[in-house]
Amino acid sequence: MIAIIDYDIGNLAAVANMLRRVGHDSVITADSDEIAAADRIILPGNGHFNTCMRNIRASGLIPLIEERVLGGGVPLLGICVGAQMLGHGSEEGDEPGLGWFDMNVRRFPRIEGLRVPHMGWNEVAMPEPEHPLVAGLEDDTRFYFVHSYHLDPGQGVTTLMAANYGIDFAAAVVRDNVCGVQFHPEKSHRFGKQLMSNFAEGSN
Amino acid sequence: MYRPRVIPCLLLRGFGLVKTRKFKDPVYVGDPVNAVRIFSEKEADELMLLDIDASKEGRAPNFELIEEIAGECLMPIGYGGGITEFDQVRRLIRSGVEKVVINSAAALGNMDVITKAAGAFGSQAVVGGVDIRKTLLKGYRVMAKSASEETGLKLENHLKALVAAGAGEILLNNIDTDGTMAGFDLSLVRRAAAAVDVPVVACGGAGSIEHLSQAVREGGATAVSAGSLFVFHGKHRAVLINYNPDELAGI
Repeated sequence: MIAIIDYDIGNLAAVANMLRRVGHDSVITADSDEIAAADRIILPGNGHFNTCMRNIRASGLIPLIEERVLGGGVPLLGICVGAQMLGHGSEEGDEPGLGWFDMNVRRFPRIEGLRVPHMGWNEVAMPEPEHPLVAGLEDDTRFYFVHSYHLDPGQGVTTLMAANYGIDFAAAVVRDNVCGVQFHPEKSHRFGKQLMSNFAEGSN
Repeated sequence: MYRPRVIPCLLLRGFGLVKTRKFKDPVYVGDPVNAVRIFSEKEADELMLLDIDASKEGRAPNFELIEEIAGECLMPIGYGGGITEFDQVRRLIRSGVEKVVINSAAALGNMDVITKAAGAFGSQAVVGGVDIRKTLLKGYRVMAKSASEETGLKLENHLKALVAAGAGEILLNNIDTDGTMAGFDLSLVRRAAAAVDVPVVACGGAGSIEHLSQAVREGGATAVSAGSLFVFHGKHRAVLINYNPDELAGI
């Protein structure tokens, strides 16, 4: 069973819906027994970085998630702000992140003609084509993005996908069993289906 | 490569989809759940679903139907129509829509619902909807409740107020060109795009891919939306849902 962490941050039904489309049951939950029993965890995130961090901290679930993911090797997928939360923090706010990754989150620079947020479909490059999470994703792969801040990975964090919006930035990052995607696979047609299926079925 | 979004705009009336001309004369074009399923299969970039009677009738959104429609969407969907309270926004987001479009409530002075929604779900989830009519003496004016009520608000002032309240995107609808398929009013699009620095989605008048391209390249729209173009086929306006992402990628 895949646990989608529910900490009151927006549209979680879409994540469950996409998993169902690729043949996987999931549960939207804040229940520690359900999370403890899950063999995969999805950490969604929407809205302001501070709100997400405060909500997840207030849920009291962080120690359990860390025990399962960092200790127990349960695969975790962070989506959008859920990916940003894996790092030290974000220029959007002053709340510290989870600190699992050596990674910062930076605001897009002001570039003439490019509005922030970066909202819409963008093609991604895959510097690690052999990684199981990008299996079956071809050269024309595109995903739906909505963000004003982007991932800036450091030591030990691998950039799994990259995109360009005025600057090149990391669209997906991974370290061991933990992956974060800046875009919304749950809203990215067959490309999202493939990625969610890879996550749900992969051996990592 | 980044692609400007091309967004089918679907009008809900009761339990059916309709298409209007100049916000009048709604013609039935099909079942919403079925239509959305087809747009999802055709890999539409995003959808806008607007209930054109809700605000006029002072009615809340049809949550059950919206939830069913959102369940068909493997792309983002925004819903607008009849939203006046924060609790409705929460329920809509929980039902599976990414964005709420707040139009009449804000045009009639209720900016609070925008601010609360943006505070809870982020400004990317809140679209400020604006319906514009060009008047002979006063220029572009903001209308409310599906063009049935004048607000006296000026275009730029209202757009800036929406963004200041927390709207992360503007859906600019042009009453005069709606359903005409004669092209966008590019001067309106330019003025709106210049007034705010959030994404502006231009809607109203698209009859060809060339029109969509003009709105982006000449009008400065961040994204474009259209109804007739994606639900009608041929000069007799036969109902046929069409959307080809490969043709639209180059706009």
